Amino acid sequence: MAISLPTPALDSPAAVATAAEGKGYWRRVWERLRTDYFTLVVIAVLLCLVLMAIFAPLITVYDPQQGSVLRRLKGVGFAGHWLGTDEVGRDLWTRIVYGGRYSLLAGTLPVGLALLVGGLLGIVAGYRGGLLNTLIMRGMDVLYAFPSILLAVAICGMLGSGFGNTVLALTITFIPPIVRISESVTTQVRGLDFVEAARTSGASTLTVIRYHILSNVLAPILVYATSLISLSIILAAGLSFLGLGITPPNPEWGVMLNGLRQAIWVDPTIAALPGGMIFLTSMCFNLMSDGLRQAMDVRV
Amino acid sequence: MWAFALRRLLHTIPILFGVSLIVFLLVQLMPGDAADILIPPEAPPDVRAALRAAFGLDQPVYVQYALWLRRLMVGDLGVSIFTNQPVASELFSALGNTLLLALPAALLGFSLGVALGMLAAFNRGRWPDRLFSAIAIAGVSLPHYWVGIVLVAVFAVILNWLPAQGMGAGGVPTSWAQIQHLILPVATLSLIPMGVVSRLVRANVLETLSQEFVATLHAKGLRPARVLLHVTRNAAPAALALMGLQLGYLIGGSILVETVFNWPGSGGLMNLAIFRRDVPVLSATILVLAAIFVMINLLVDILQAVIDPRIRR
Repeated sequence: MAISLPTPALDSPAAVATAAEGKGYWRRVWERLRTDYFTLVVIAVLLCLVLMAIFAPLITVYDPQQGSVLRRLKGVGFAGHWLGTDEVGRDLWTRIVYGGRYSLLAGTLPVGLALLVGGLLGIVAGYRGGLLNTLIMRGMDVLYAFPSILLAVAICGMLGSGFGNTVLALTITFIPPIVRISESVTTQVRGLDFVEAARTSGASTLTVIRYHILSNVLAPILVYATSLISLSIILAAGLSFLGLGITPPNPEWGVMLNGLRQAIWVDPTIAALPGGMIFLTSMCFNLMSDGLRQAMDVRV
Repeated sequence: MWAFALRRLLHTIPILFGVSLIVFLLVQLMPGDAADILIPPEAPPDVRAALRAAFGLDQPVYVQYALWLRRLMVGDLGVSIFTNQPVASELFSALGNTLLLALPAALLGFSLGVALGMLAAFNRGRWPDRLFSAIAIAGVSLPHYWVGIVLVAVFAVILNWLPAQGMGAGGVPTSWAQIQHLILPVATLSLIPMGVVSRLVRANVLETLSQEFVATLHAKGLRPARVLLHVTRNAAPAALALMGLQLGYLIGGSILVETVFNWPGSGGLMNLAIFRRDVPVLSATILVLAAIFVMINLLVDILQAVIDPRIRR
């Protein structure tokens, strides 16, 4: 598992140069993506997972929290429960479908929040430079001193479990790498001639950042952020697996994996199912990120 | 060279200081304190006050921090609320057990990762590239705690070849019975560095191969094996930095695999401390793991500068 944060390569002038070519950029990205059938299939699978999570009540007739003690740990193919039942007799397929709600949200929400906060901090640090840059970047160095799992576990372990604290912990975990990458690309773009030209022609700082910096740093930052989603899913489920994230009896893949752990002695297949979903989802996000990176022609 | 090492060393001091501040802050944010954990809510107020005074909890926050920092400076990591034993001895024996997993896993993961990455890069676009790249991406996408469970299901439950949990007799493994306990957790842990390292090595080697000096080396008639050496040397520093990070992650992030395998390491200790609300053990473990991570990064940076003179700015 990529428990490590993907390492941002800090020398990506190529990324900046390509992104700087201007207007038709997103259109060219789409044209490249459109012919990359593999990535399109991956995105379609992800869309299916999302739709399944959203329309969970339409897909399955069971209640994700309601089980029957009489039907505990039935194997795959049991009548009425095609994926079997869990340790308290809840329908496993139902739990997996509903579990996608938490797992997908816990995978994307922290990355989105970290993108907002970290992107802003990084761009400001890169654009302003000087003391502000030093303050922000040294602050991030301190957070970097914690391996990502350790930081997430420390925050959740101290503040307590729950969805909110999981999202908070993961957001804080992902802010430093996003700040670092945003700062480095912004610093590169800031030195380019057109930014200088905009500034001398009297554009305000906000305008320069909005029109000239943001449009050029967005692609590499976005690509990097998408590469964090799979890690976020794995970590969120991992926290729940440890009992520090989402709490039982809520259906969540990590929670389910923890509950079914003892079931490997009875039926290894059903014990492996929730983890398989974590793997599938995280793999799809990784492949999508790789595809986007190629389409956006960014080396992050 | 020495100036670089010294500068880098000095750089870690404010970082370690910041780490201690964050750990202390987290402890402060924790709901309840030692007194709430040790005595029932209906305990008489004077008992509570005495206990709080004994732990120094009646002092202002900044005094508590200063006192804690001063004790840390002399290597006093505090006393466990739960067992009333000094944290240091418990923590360091647990760390030893963690290293017992992390070092072989790192070694295995790195060698596999480098081998797969190189093979993929030198066979770009052909089937070994596709195969090894697929393995690598699976490696970075797998939730390794789940892999641990699956391995236990296969090798302990179905085949009954290896033990499912624990570390057996403990200590440095000398017998086959002890090594058996290591196999599954080490294999599980090594997946992470394998995937990450092979992806980076592939990308790096490809980039190096595309540079003009490689063509020059070929053109002047250098044997392919010698060219390989040049390429490796150029791709090495980045891979090395990543390996350092990965080793740090294996040590600091061991909590998941140690929970799966019931391994008595630092991650297991942390898990226990969280559920016991044992603040001294928890804060000391987090602090020491982060400090180890910082130190590994320091060593890697220095090692990188030794290999690649361009880094010694």
